[in-house]
Parts: sequence; structure tokens; C-alpha cells
Amino acid sequence: MPQPWLPLPVSGQNLCQDAAFKDGIWDCFRAFYVHKFRAVLGKNRLIFPGEKVLLAWSGGPSSSSMVWQVLEGLSQDSAKRLRFVPGVVYVDEGAACGRSREDRAKTLTDVRQILQTLGFPWHIVTLEEVFALPPSVLRCSAQDPVGTVGTYKVAVDSFLQQQRTLAAEGLRGSPSSAQGEEQPSQPCTQDSQDPVGPPPAAQTEALSQLFNSVKTLTAKEELLQTLRTHLILHVARTHGYSKVMTGDSCTRLAIKLMTCLALGRGAFLAWDTGFSDERHGDVVVVRPMREHTLKEVAFYNRLFAVPSVFTPAVDTKASEKASIHRLMEGFLLRLQAQFPSTVSTVYRTSEKLVKAPRDGCAAGPRCLLCMCSLDVDSADSATAFGAQTQDFSQTPPPTPRAKAGAPAGPCCAAGLGGAPNCWQGTRPCGREGSRARVLEHLCYACRVTMKDVPCLDPLPPYILVEAQLRSQRPSAEIQEHLVENSDDEAPASGSGARGPPEQEGKEARAARDCINKNFFN
Amino acid sequence: QSRLGFCRSSPGCLSLALLCRGGAELLFDGVKKHQVTLPGQEEPWVIRDLLVWIKKNLLKERPELFIQGDSVRPGILVLINDADWELLGELDYQLQDQDSILFISTLHGG
Repeated sequence: MPQPWLPLPVSGQNLCQDAAFKDGIWDCFRAFYVHKFRAVLGKNRLIFPGEKVLLAWSGGPSSSSMVWQVLEGLSQDSAKRLRFVPGVVYVDEGAACGRSREDRAKTLTDVRQILQTLGFPWHIVTLEEVFALPPSVLRCSAQDPVGTVGTYKVAVDSFLQQQRTLAAEGLRGSPSSAQGEEQPSQPCTQDSQDPVGPPPAAQTEALSQLFNSVKTLTAKEELLQTLRTHLILHVARTHGYSKVMTGDSCTRLAIKLMTCLALGRGAFLAWDTGFSDERHGDVVVVRPMREHTLKEVAFYNRLFAVPSVFTPAVDTKASEKASIHRLMEGFLLRLQAQFPSTVSTVYRTSEKLVKAPRDGCAAGPRCLLCMCSLDVDSADSATAFGAQTQDFSQTPPPTPRAKAGAPAGPCCAAGLGGAPNCWQGTRPCGREGSRARVLEHLCYACRVTMKDVPCLDPLPPYILVEAQLRSQRPSAEIQEHLVENSDDEAPASGSGARGPPEQEGKEARAARDCINKNFFN
Repeated sequence: QSRLGFCRSSPGCLSLALLCRGGAELLFDGVKKHQVTLPGQEEPWVIRDLLVWIKKNLLKERPELFIQGDSVRPGILVLINDADWELLGELDYQLQDQDSILFISTLHGG
């Protein structure tokens, strides 16, 4: 129970100054801080007892605070103890930021030191591992809808019942285990994943070239976020985590909301800024720090010595106008300095966003990269936007850069015929078809991002492969046509005999020609 | 720490500890702690003066990422002896000998 605020017989200003040094105030702050964390989890009732939850830790203050809260929450006495099974993932993004091997190794040493004290299984992955991701990571897995409150309550009750039984058995079994083992067996750090050595230089080089080729910082940040999300998703699926927790704070989410609007992601705000994000189907992303402002996080971390690792990112030391993200951040924080309710107002707005009812994740095509439903009609070239998206496949190639001998040299946007200058180096730039094939599967915002990526070939293979697979899948219209054809082939008499070979051949040819015309021109 | 300690080198001078966290240290060549001595002057030192002094003497690069106008950039928290500077008068807080000023950048994501 925090101590009550003691009134002091001094002037108003000094009251706070002296009170700040009294432990009672900080106890109160700490209690409130912890309470907010637990309340957000408890209110939403999405995390079931015993569930495996992956904590996405970037080393920064918010996610460090989140990890610390979970650590403390797990060590509390049984009534208030958090009931899920955590693991931690750290993504080393040094290649995208141009950091040297030595710097990255040093950061990883600090990271490991902290992870080892946590006691959860941990996974250190490098961003270079995106080159090994399977295309299936981009597919939404069908998942039963999240349980209702009733289901949650039932799950919690049965879990508690189980614990009581175990405790009782423990008491009867041996007198020494007085409390009984109330937790499931300690998650052993043998489950942990740590790269043995630095990633292959070729992959680091490829990643660094990809990011260097991106023309704007906005697109770089978006691309980085996309790749990071896919990587974390893959780690979660591989190790059986059904939830991922990210440390987005209230301030960050308010900035994110405005940034997403500016980027053309307005349709997906509820998923991008809400408490839970179910777009991936089997793995749900939750944001338990969303009620904490950055200022509270910074104070808490300072006062209670929460360990964190500072890592430079792509936007470190970027100027205020370098990207849309930075602009929005500067705008909101400056406004907040003069009008202290700015951030909370924007944040409360985000809470009111309602997700459109979903029939299930298979309904409708999804964006290849961000996995939200496609909000563009890819066949619609009559609109201004349609014309615009087709245009950048026809921009004239920039003067070919003289990088003789560079193995994966920068690509140019080839002219329609596949200009000869595109075949410099051993890795030719993709032709029009491959770029269009990727773009047609992207939502508006992702297309705008890709506009700043001059050549899509350096993208990790899983993206290009999945784009190809999706392009080859026949559309519903063609499916219908094929079904009609096969109906025509069945003879009306019902004898089971096949129609004359010439007729059958003609139908099959017609179907084949139709597919060829639509997909392989 | 004693808040009534003297600075011994000359009358009116102040001995302060300046700390940087959260990425702010990048602007100071990675140095997280600076022990500084401010010379005595007629007017008592306030934070506003300190910021000018920091910009002139300590900031190695990109001053606009740390200071905007006569205050710190929005998003950088200032703690004076572990207390929020907003409670202490912000720019008008009068510095005292042995004070510890901490700048935490919250702008770096986490």
C-alpha cells in the first residue's frame, strides 16, 4: 500500500520538489505504472493461461520496460502472478543501418548479458535471416476466432483448479515442497536460439545494398518494419508462440496513427494501432504498453534501473524533415509541449476505431507485404491511381552507373523491351513483368513505398516467390470458365463416354489460351 | 548528496554532473557523463544559460537535434536531481552546486 502524500508546510513549488525525494511518491508511481500494465492485459482478456507469448524486445526503453513488467509479474505471489509463458526475441538490424561487424558484436554482447538474467527462453535473430524465410510466412493461417469472455473465464477457472490440485498433491507428496510447484516447469533456456557466429557476409552485403538502394528514409523505415514483422512472425510460428507482444507506448501509437494516415494506411488504422492485431491469423500481436506515455516509461526505467541497450537505427540523427515518421513525431511532440493533452487525445481516437467484421482471414485477397486486405482493384487501370501505378514501370532508365565488376550492381528500371544496358554484371535487373507482378499484390500504401525502391530484385526471395505464386493462381473468373468447359465435355447422354477427341482438344486449348493470354503476356 | 556543498575553485562557480541517456549521448561523442564546472557570473545560473553553454562547449554535432529555440527539443526529458524539471521551473530553475542534470532522449524508438 503506497504511503499517503504528506502535506508539507512550504511553498507550492518546493512541495513537489521535496516530495519527489520521498519514497512514498515513487511507490505510488510504480504501483500505478504496474497497475496500468496489468489492467490492459486483464481488460482485453486475450492472453490465456499457459499460453506461449513472444516478447519483441528491441533494446529500447519501451520494450525493455515491457519485458521487465513481465519478469516482475511472473515472480509475484500466486494470486497476482501473470499466467502466460514468455520468450524474448531480439532482432539485430545492424545490416540495414550500416553498422560495422564489431559494433554489432558489441551490442549483441550487451544484449546477451541482459537476456541471460531474465530466465526466459530467448531468440536472437539477425535481419539477414529474411533471406531464408519461406514464402508461407506471407500467408495468413486460418485460425479459430478469439474466444469470447465466457471461454476466457472458463480457461482461467480450469487453470486455477489445476494449480490448486497440483499444490495439494505437492503438499501431500513431500513435506519439503510446502508451496507446491505452482508454475509449469521452468522454461529452460535450452530452448534459446542464438546465432553461432556473424551472418554470412554475402547476406549482409545483399541486405545493405537493398537498403541503400531505397531512395527515401520513409520507404526505408517501412521496408525495415515489414521485414522485421515477417521475421518475428516466423520465429513465433516456428517455436509455437501464439501471441507476440510489442512495446509500443501511447506516444508512439499516437505518432504511428498520424504517420499511417499520411502513408495511405488509413483503412488499417485499427489493426496498426489497436491493442490486438489479428491479421496473421494464428499469431496475434498485442500491445500491452499502449497506455504508458514515453515520459512515464523513461522515468520508470530511470528510477527502477530497468536495463536497456541503446542501438542506433536507420533514423538515428535524421533531421526532422527526413521522413514522414520524423515529421509526424516532431509535429506531435511539439504540439504536446504546448498542449499537454495532444497525445492522449490522438490516442483516445485510436481506441475508438472499430475493425470491420471479418469473415475469416481467407476472405478476399491480402497485401503481399503488410497482409491487410487489398484496398485496390488491381484490374482497374481506368482510375487515375491505376494509371499512376502502371506508369513507374515505364519510366526511362537512369543513366547506367559505371560500377564495373560489381556482382549485384544497381539495377535500372528497364524500358519496355528489356534494354540491353540492364544486363550489366552477373545479376540482371528484372523485367517489367516481375515488378508489375509484385506490385499488383500490394495495397496502396505498400505500392507507394515500393515506388521508392527502384529495383525489386534485391528483395528477399520469399517475397518474389510468393508474388509469382499468387500471379499464377487462376482468378475466380478463369476458374468458372474452366468449370464450364469441363461441363461441356461431359456428354448429355450420361453414358460416360467421352466426347469426340477434336472437340475436347478444342475446349482444352481454349482454356489454355485464355490462361496464357491473361497471365503470360 | 549535499545540496549545500561549495565549489572550491572560485566564488560563485558551480560544479555539475551532466548525464545523457536514451541516445542523446550520440550528440556528445558517445560520452554519457560530463562533470562540468561553470564559472561564476553576476546573474545566478539558470537552465536556460546552461543550455547555451552546452551548445557552445559540449555539443559535438547537430545542435538542432538537442536544442530548439532556447529549450531542449520536444521529446528530450530533463531531470534535475531525478526530479522532473517541469516541477522545478524548467528553464528558470536556478542551478545549485553539485546538481545532477540528466537528459533522456525518448525519441529513439523502443
